[in-house]
Amino acid sequence: MSKKDKIFTVKVRRDFCKGCGLCIAFCKKEVLGVSAKLNRMGYHPAEPVKPEACIGCLMCTQVCPDLAIEVYSE
Amino acid sequence: MELLNKWPIYYKKDVISHYCPGCGHGIVHRIVAELLEEMDLGKQAYLVCPAGCAVLAYNYFDFDVIESAHGRGTAIATGAKRANPKLFVISYQGDGDLSAIGTAETIHSANRGENICVVFINNAVYGMTGGQMAPTSLIGQSTMTSPAGRSPDVDGYPLHITDIVATFPGVTYAERVSVSSPAGIKKTKNAIRNAFQTQVEGLGYSIVEVLSPCPTNWKMTPAKSCKWIDEEMVKEYKPGLLTDKREEKRKERA
Ligand SMILES: Cc1ncc(C[n+]2csc(CCOP(=O)(O)OP(=O)(O)O)c2C)c(N)n1
Ligand code: SF4
Ligand code: SF4
Ligand code: SF4
Ligand SMILES: [Mg+2]
Repeated sequence: MSKKDKIFTVKVRRDFCKGCGLCIAFCKKEVLGVSAKLNRMGYHPAEPVKPEACIGCLMCTQVCPDLAIEVYSE
Repeated sequence: MELLNKWPIYYKKDVISHYCPGCGHGIVHRIVAELLEEMDLGKQAYLVCPAGCAVLAYNYFDFDVIESAHGRGTAIATGAKRANPKLFVISYQGDGDLSAIGTAETIHSANRGENICVVFINNAVYGMTGGQMAPTSLIGQSTMTSPAGRSPDVDGYPLHITDIVATFPGVTYAERVSVSSPAGIKKTKNAIRNAFQTQVEGLGYSIVEVLSPCPTNWKMTPAKSCKWIDEEMVKEYKPGLLTDKREEKRKERA
């Protein structure tokens, strides 16, 4: 199966996210946005807003200083 | 479902760091942990933490870590490596630590060509203590102690410490990189890999200077901080290879 046919799922570990917004700024596919709700630390974490657009490029995981993002493929 | 970005084994899982949102230290920590795993160096790794925001790095790394007095990282690293050459020794330091109070240790360990790796986080301020001007602060940069901007007449010029040590025969590898973009992060990982490889082969001193955001003290959002690095900081501190004497040293040692 080529990368193109794969389905990617991005997950933000809500309570480990500090809401810095770097993943949102660097995701070219605008998959991620800001959650309206606060997390345990009192930050507005990132959350997938257009999950189906994820291409599994892992840029978000590279820029996240807090290892708060997981990207899965199936 | 397969997880594509596996957790680095030498980084403690589910520990929330004390770093501010968007701080570059976290990115560089992850890179160090990933490389120790990829290069199978974790079991002999020995990292010297600085005084500075990375003072608590021992809470995050899952290998041997020691704490240094402010600026003395490379002196401790020297002792550790000389006493036990099997250790893989890294000194992790900020710009205040490495290029202000620790200038003597930095210069002399580099000049001796100690077989150690230095990871140098340049965020152009004293982060931990509240954003005072560092030797690395840019001309015109407003900091806690230069609210009207750094003035060369009063404060001198930005210190290019990595460029200085790169001229030393004992410094085998020196590169300046930045973690302000995915491309920069990739280059940072490659540079630190080369630095690590230098020590593995016993080729001498290596240093990687990382231009790294401090959104809190720069009083910018994390995204704006990355932009500031790419647009302003790189004008003073141009990323790129500063020296690579590995081939030369390999021949010397052969
Ligand atoms: C001998 C000594 N002098 C002063 C201090 C106070 N101090 C702690 S961290 C620091 C500066 C840290 O700046 P930097 O090395 O750039 O690290 P950053 O926090 O920016 O990562 C200073 C001056 C100290 N801990 N020890
Ligand atoms: S993997 Fe790439 S496309 Fe998917 S959310 Fe992350 S940055 Fe966006
Ligand atoms: S980069 Fe990481 S910490 Fe920052 S908002 Fe995204 S998931 Fe959260
Ligand atoms: S003060 Fe700056 S260097 Fe220190 S943790 Fe915060 S952002 Fe990072
Ligand atoms: Mg600093």
